[in-house]
Amino acid sequence: MRHLIDPMDLSVEEIDHLIELAGKIIDHPEKYREVCRYKKLATLFFEPSTRTRLSFEAAMMELGGNVLGFSSADSSSAAKGESVADTARAVACYADIIAMRHPKEGAPLVASQYVDIPIINAGDGGHNHPTQTLTDLLTIKQEKGRLDHLTIGFCGDLKFGRTVHSLIKALSRYEGINYILISPEELQIPEYLKKEVFEKKGITYQEVERMEEVMPELDIIYMTRVQRERFFNEADYIRLKDSYILDMDKLKNAKEDLAILHPLPRVNEISVKVDDDPRACYFKQVNYGKYIRMALIMTMLGVKADED
Amino acid sequence: MKIDSIKNGIVLDHITAGRSMAIYKNLGLDKLDCSVAIIKNVKSEKMGKKDIIKIDDQFTVNLDVIGYLDPNVTVCIIEDGKIVKKYKVELPETLVNIAKCKNPRCITSIEQEIDQVFVLTDKENHVYRCKYCESKLKK
Repeated sequence: MRHLIDPMDLSVEEIDHLIELAGKIIDHPEKYREVCRYKKLATLFFEPSTRTRLSFEAAMMELGGNVLGFSSADSSSAAKGESVADTARAVACYADIIAMRHPKEGAPLVASQYVDIPIINAGDGGHNHPTQTLTDLLTIKQEKGRLDHLTIGFCGDLKFGRTVHSLIKALSRYEGINYILISPEELQIPEYLKKEVFEKKGITYQEVERMEEVMPELDIIYMTRVQRERFFNEADYIRLKDSYILDMDKLKNAKEDLAILHPLPRVNEISVKVDDDPRACYFKQVNYGKYIRMALIMTMLGVKADED
Repeated sequence: MKIDSIKNGIVLDHITAGRSMAIYKNLGLDKLDCSVAIIKNVKSEKMGKKDIIKIDDQFTVNLDVIGYLDPNVTVCIIEDGKIVKKYKVELPETLVNIAKCKNPRCITSIEQEIDQVFVLTDKENHVYRCKYCESKLKK
């Protein structure tokens, strides 16, 4: 694994390896505390993303490594007009691995063409966010014990939500996944996903407008935020943002072992009252995000704990 | 109408009727000093109607441009009034600096001197996508 740009760059075997390694780290974190000693991770965040950046930094620190970087384009040489290629080449002289977030789609791919150290795409605009997909897969594996034969409801903004698109693509390689897509008509998943993923692979799916209709069937519900920055038009955002809110009332008919996932940050699409319900997994998901990033950094740097 | 046959040059045959002007423009044939003939709506047994372009000079044609615009085209190289080479173009796997990505969110909209690269993702439907942002290229 040279770079991680697109979640589909990873084979099922590579994903299984990362999930297995993350599981070992969760079970015995003490064995991994020094594996990245003297290694440096550069977090190049050309747009703010507190959670993802801190997750990468915490992951590297828990592996005994060091971190350097910046958290907005204003505090980088991009503000002076430097290209992504030049920034990446300069930073590659200081660090062993780079995690990059950029508002422009394809920026981490550009960086990967100019450096010899691994580049991890930490989100490129509305395009890819592979470590979120890995986080979601690890969460499902840890909470449900498997990645196949599950009924998963995706709810909210399925049109612009890149986390949903990536997870659907990643899960399409596992057997027996039943997809239920819950959204208003305006925010349904794009046609290309229906054609290139579902129809091409002969996968059946249901599209519904109300989550109550399907709640009893679900093993997992993946909630998403209607993101202001993905809309060109403020009026559309205001009209649709409150369309789909999960509360205790809607959970009445849900399975007892339902897992509620959300890539966070949440605005109001999950009531805070749900937070104390044992089915709420979204804060655990944050924690799993750190562990999968630890597994990814280790794998990309080619380091191992003695027992691995 | 009579168009003289050329002695040394190139003939682009079997152009889908109506596409010759796009090929003329994209190959930069308007910048040539030599004679260039565009013959439109020629009767064809195979195609019904076709266009032909004759270039009265040796000229390096960008086959990727032709393949992308019209994969039906046959390129004939003429020397001393005879066809010395004849080949069919193919849909190229990648297009480099032939078209520009129109997605304002794509890195190619701001990165200095970056090549504009499109990759053939669906051969059957001639779909190309930007290497960087995966936006579909519209002809």
